[in-house]
Amino acid sequence: MNYLRSMFQLRRLVLLAILLASWEFASRYILDKTQATLLPPPSGVLKGAMELSSSGELWKHVLDSLRREFIAFCYASVAIPLGITMGCFKWLNEQVDPIIEILRPIPPIAWIPLSILWFGVGNVQNQFIIFLGIFFPILLNTIDAVKNVEPSLIRAARCLGAGDWNVITRVILRAALPQITTGIRIGLGVGWMALVAAELVGANSGLGFLINDARTVLRTDFILTGMLAIGLIGLCLDRIIRYSAKTLMPWARSLNS
Amino acid sequence: MLALKVEKVKKIFPSLNSKGQEVLALDDVSLEVNKNEFYSILGHSGCGKTTLLNLIAGFEVPTSGRIECAGKLVSAPGADRSMVFQDYALFPWLTVYDNIAFGLKIKGMSSSEIDQVVTRFAALVGLSQFTGHYPHQLSGGMRQRVSIARALVVDPTVLLMDEPFAALDAQNRGMMQAEMIRILNEESKTVVLVTHSIEEAINLSDVIVVMTRRPGRVKKIIRVPEPRKMVEDTPAYLEIRRQIRDLIAGEHDVSETV
Repeated sequence: MNYLRSMFQLRRLVLLAILLASWEFASRYILDKTQATLLPPPSGVLKGAMELSSSGELWKHVLDSLRREFIAFCYASVAIPLGITMGCFKWLNEQVDPIIEILRPIPPIAWIPLSILWFGVGNVQNQFIIFLGIFFPILLNTIDAVKNVEPSLIRAARCLGAGDWNVITRVILRAALPQITTGIRIGLGVGWMALVAAELVGANSGLGFLINDARTVLRTDFILTGMLAIGLIGLCLDRIIRYSAKTLMPWARSLNS
Repeated sequence: MLALKVEKVKKIFPSLNSKGQEVLALDDVSLEVNKNEFYSILGHSGCGKTTLLNLIAGFEVPTSGRIECAGKLVSAPGADRSMVFQDYALFPWLTVYDNIAFGLKIKGMSSSEIDQVVTRFAALVGLSQFTGHYPHQLSGGMRQRVSIARALVVDPTVLLMDEPFAALDAQNRGMMQAEMIRILNEESKTVVLVTHSIEEAINLSDVIVVMTRRPGRVKKIIRVPEPRKMVEDTPAYLEIRRQIRDLIAGEHDVSETV
């Protein structure tokens, strides 16, 4: 029964399979040689992917990119305590909010030229760009989450003897956690996009560097492999956080409904 | 012995609308609550009865007058006045066990002591089998039992209840009222309950405080002849119900002209 059902699930991939097949066909039999170099068939991309991964080069770049994303995320997680304090104290929010409102609409990518001048080409510059991508979604979601905490929960805690510290740690932080997680999920996604952009121009390694480097030697199969890796890793990051949020916070559904 | 004393309390809310009119919610409310007695505050919605409860809890501060709990001036919320809320206000991320234990953890009790107390109160409200459940897995009546246990474990001087059974269907409401009587027989407590149900007030109370409508004042304080033993549809029951109904109906016309 389960087997049948999973077979049935595969129906969603029908269109994808058709597209891939026509791409393969077009690349092999319709395009001329120059054009085929620019758009290698899926089988060619697969061959390129095998080559890149068996030489270990792909994994080196993947690891470098992931490490940058992770380090930037660690820095960007200051947004959580900052957001909670901003959500709890009006005067702080008043002061910091205008700054955020000015900085937030500037896309992380727009910081690339300045950051290259500041930090040079390399890890620090990349991490800075990713940091900007991750920081704001986490901060804004945290502030919003704190503001949306059910007032009766805070009252309930207070009339059970909780002081400010206990209210913040035992109630506000916990109640805000699902939305903070959403912020992290969005932030990691934006950060991942920003990372690739930062690596395109300001790095000597990483997936962004890989695809730009492959361009200079006309290895379109490597470019496509790198693009696929970027997409798949982004998807995985998102799914991992979704899944862990669901398992670690089984009660969160009841908050959103 | 007085558990709670409300003395000439007045509460004015700043205007919420553009007209800039202040709202006089409570005016000159005085009330003395004896230890181990059950008080119901009864009145139309909007008569300020919940405001009075919030003032006692310390969520709001009176504009004038004073409130004392066991001789101490009330200035902020505290575990000596724990509350049961209409919407339960359970912490959704905590299990039934941890919800009940919340106030004890804040007190800094050791986990073995907490375990003892929680086990006892979970049994008292009939939830021993459900201590591992999360609130969203429980029915409304069960959630309210958790909420009652959570408020009782901190051993409040006064237990405050804000329309605790209003969100339940009629059957559950009756059952929860009976449960409440059983619980109070085992754990005698001073209770101040806010309700708009005359029957609920008669079934549960020693004393019923009928409020006037806007501004809220104490209209009449009625002592129930046989607290928690009144049998529905007996002449004594019907008489007290008629008396309260008339008192409340008298408030009706005034309000409609506002």
